[in-house]
Amino acid sequence: MSQSAAPVLEARQISKRFPGVVALDGVSLALFPGEVHALVGENGAGKSTLIKVFTGVHRPDAGELIYNGSPAAFGTPLDAQRAGISTIYQEVNLVPMMSVARNLMLGREPRGRLGVIDTARMYGEAERILAGYGVVTDVRRPLRTLGMGVQQMVALARAVAIDARVVIMDEPTSSLEPREVETLFSVIRKLKDDGIAVVYVSHRLDELYAVCDRVTVLRDGKVAHTGPLAGLERLKLISLMLGRDLDEVKSGGLTRFSRDRRRAGKRDGAPPAVRAEGLTRRQVLHGVDVAVWSGEVVGLGGLLGAGRSETAKAIVGALRLDSGRVLVAGLPLRTGSTTAAVRAGAGLLPEDRKAEGIIPELSVRENIALAALPSLSRAGVVSDAKIDKVVEVFMRRLKIKAASPHQPVQELSGGNQQKVLLARWLAIRPKILLLDEPTRGIDVGAKAEVQALVDELAEEGLGVLLISSDLEELVEGADRILVMREGAVVGELSGDDVTEDKIMASIAERGAESDG
Amino acid sequence: MAEAVAPPGRRVLAWAQEYGVYAAVGVLLLFNVLFTPHFLDVANFRTQLVQVAPIVIVSLGMALVIGTQGIDLSVGSVMALAAALVALYLGYGAWPALLVALVGGAVAGTAGGALVAYVGVQPIVATLALLVGVRGLANVLVPQLVEFRNPDLIALGSSSLYGVPVIVVIAAVLTLLMAFLVRRTTFGRQVVAIGGNRAASELSGLPVRRVLLLVYVVSGVLAALAGVLATARLQASDPTSLGLFIELSAITAVVVGGTPLSGGRIRVLSTVMGALLMQLLSATLIKHNLPQSWTQIVQAVIILAAVYATRERGTR
Ligand SMILES: Nc1ncnc2c1ncn2[C@@H]1O[C@H](COP(=O)(O)OP(=O)(O)OP(=O)(O)O)[C@@H](O)[C@H]1O
Ligand SMILES: [Mg+2]
Repeated sequence: MSQSAAPVLEARQISKRFPGVVALDGVSLALFPGEVHALVGENGAGKSTLIKVFTGVHRPDAGELIYNGSPAAFGTPLDAQRAGISTIYQEVNLVPMMSVARNLMLGREPRGRLGVIDTARMYGEAERILAGYGVVTDVRRPLRTLGMGVQQMVALARAVAIDARVVIMDEPTSSLEPREVETLFSVIRKLKDDGIAVVYVSHRLDELYAVCDRVTVLRDGKVAHTGPLAGLERLKLISLMLGRDLDEVKSGGLTRFSRDRRRAGKRDGAPPAVRAEGLTRRQVLHGVDVAVWSGEVVGLGGLLGAGRSETAKAIVGALRLDSGRVLVAGLPLRTGSTTAAVRAGAGLLPEDRKAEGIIPELSVRENIALAALPSLSRAGVVSDAKIDKVVEVFMRRLKIKAASPHQPVQELSGGNQQKVLLARWLAIRPKILLLDEPTRGIDVGAKAEVQALVDELAEEGLGVLLISSDLEELVEGADRILVMREGAVVGELSGDDVTEDKIMASIAERGAESDG
Repeated sequence: MAEAVAPPGRRVLAWAQEYGVYAAVGVLLLFNVLFTPHFLDVANFRTQLVQVAPIVIVSLGMALVIGTQGIDLSVGSVMALAAALVALYLGYGAWPALLVALVGGAVAGTAGGALVAYVGVQPIVATLALLVGVRGLANVLVPQLVEFRNPDLIALGSSSLYGVPVIVVIAAVLTLLMAFLVRRTTFGRQVVAIGGNRAASELSGLPVRRVLLLVYVVSGVLAALAGVLATARLQASDPTSLGLFIELSAITAVVVGGTPLSGGRIRVLSTVMGALLMQLLSATLIKHNLPQSWTQIVQAVIILAAVYATRERGTR
């Protein structure tokens, strides 16, 4: 951290207004060469907006940007990138249909004579670059066939490969598993050594303390604090983000799951809320059995690619199966029909919010009402009164921050979009909820709220299947844990065995080449 | 990536996208009132509206299909099929013949919808196959123009209700019904959601395939109705040429009305305005003795402008 140097990028009194919200209000931030600068704040605090101002996606209403000592205004993200500001956005924005290699090399493909793309060289180079990130894959495959984590690594590799002076990462780890996070950190440290400035946005405090030098806290579009991270107490940081007193935060406004005891679920002879038997699909799932009783939270542990998301999808009929069946409250579901699953009261909160969750152009209101439409209508005609009521209840209960229920959901901050999706499921009054990374991209305050909500729902008798790559969350949230590996359930932990170590051990022990 | 918010240029664009068709129709009307002799004559108005009515009816179905990111190229051929069926079954009376024609449209729509929703064929390919096949079928059923004298059917094509041609009344009523369908019914909201994000709709338990199938059935039935009405007005069944190229007019109306081809949004009234705009435009140019090629060039410009305006929204 060589702060004697002049800042490489500086924001001075930046303001940015959207209809109904002031996203940024006089924000100043100086970024020095060779520093890793954490940018934190609650959902909707303005982090992504500030980044988009840096990169020319948004034009500020007031204030100026100083880049390399002179005023700068980037008209488009491409301009910013050419000038040396490289960005990994919160939502992966690569081209899903194109090959991994094309995505990685887009705009700077190696060309042979006549300017034709030299594909052989492109593939070779792409493979070499990705190997440096611990990603070994067929670079000819379309990007969309890869998992979210790998996609994120491709985005990272792409951003870093561009000759940049500033690298901005908006929640880069949200889809990564621990091993990949480590890779990311080593990349960041290397960037730092090269004198490149890094902006790092994340809701995971551990990560901030692991790699960041300084921190800027945004709250409601204003800078609430800026300074070195070392020496800043964790609770103090949280209190700055939430705008509450330190004492108030300390006195436990932030407990997460109420983990005083592990619930057993109601096994009084009633059938489980959901039972999956022998879910099988070639190459993906090999006879997976899962049962979740009402009133319990069952965690699914395992590494990326272990088949956790696939299991959840199979249960709600969104993944074609070769064999196996699913029963909700003892009654078999028609296979391969999400409609039947939802009608029976099973809902899946998907991992990939943008591709499988939100309907971007529709309003918050319509997104919330979507799954429950049949019950919010009479004779096929939707009832505005009923919808308004449900939407109001859940917007309040989940503290969804939007200008109005009629705002298009794509304009909401990432965390608030996630809450909208949760609200969509709560609106159907589910019997069983399958949550795939439910707190991804949600700020500390909201994370605690969501976790408390999951607890509360379980108390009320809902069955919950929880998938999370955050082991802490899994241990604190789940009453019982099923460990998956290579498409099969390889272990079950309950009671006092539910600990991070035991999960790691269970993931590792069955595999020859354990990498947990 | 771009956001249609702050800069004035963007705001103008957003406005143009929202109300551009209405403004354009208004301007054109004003121009005609001022400069075109006899424009305000009732007879002229009637002609214009009667001519545009079948296009409007077909466009309503097209808007629904486009809202799901699909397209229906078969509408013109379905009109021809309806004309053929009406001619064949007119012996049983006008109403049974109408019913048979509508059923024919529903069957054609089911074929297209099933290919798209259940087999997974691209909409443009599936309906292109129908465009060719159904026209062929219609020509086999009724190889040449057949005139008829059924008074009920002729009345459907030429009588009026309180001075308004029945065809126009039907188009207006269908427009209102379609607007209601899209805005107020679960089916309509599901159509829009599926167009906006099919994977998300599926995970949310929407009956995606059934909805898609129904969308094409509705389009088929509307096209068949338009075919019967056009036939009634002609007082002859002409499967060889009835409805030729109407799919292009319908797509134009939808696009000019501001419904994005990328789906997720359906603008019913604007679609009707789009159809009216194109009709008025060609009428105006003809009345001022400009050659047909001019009309086409101006139409092309308007289509490009509309596509440009909707594109901005689609890529946000
Ligand atoms: N294009 C837009 N149109 C309207 N409002 C917007 C738009 N983009 C962002 N906003 C609003 O600006 C505010 C700040 O959003 P931003 O995405 O910057 O939050 P964030 O700090 O990145 O949150 P998160 O942690 O959830 O990603 C929010 O209230 C959001 O609804
Ligand atoms: Mg954000």
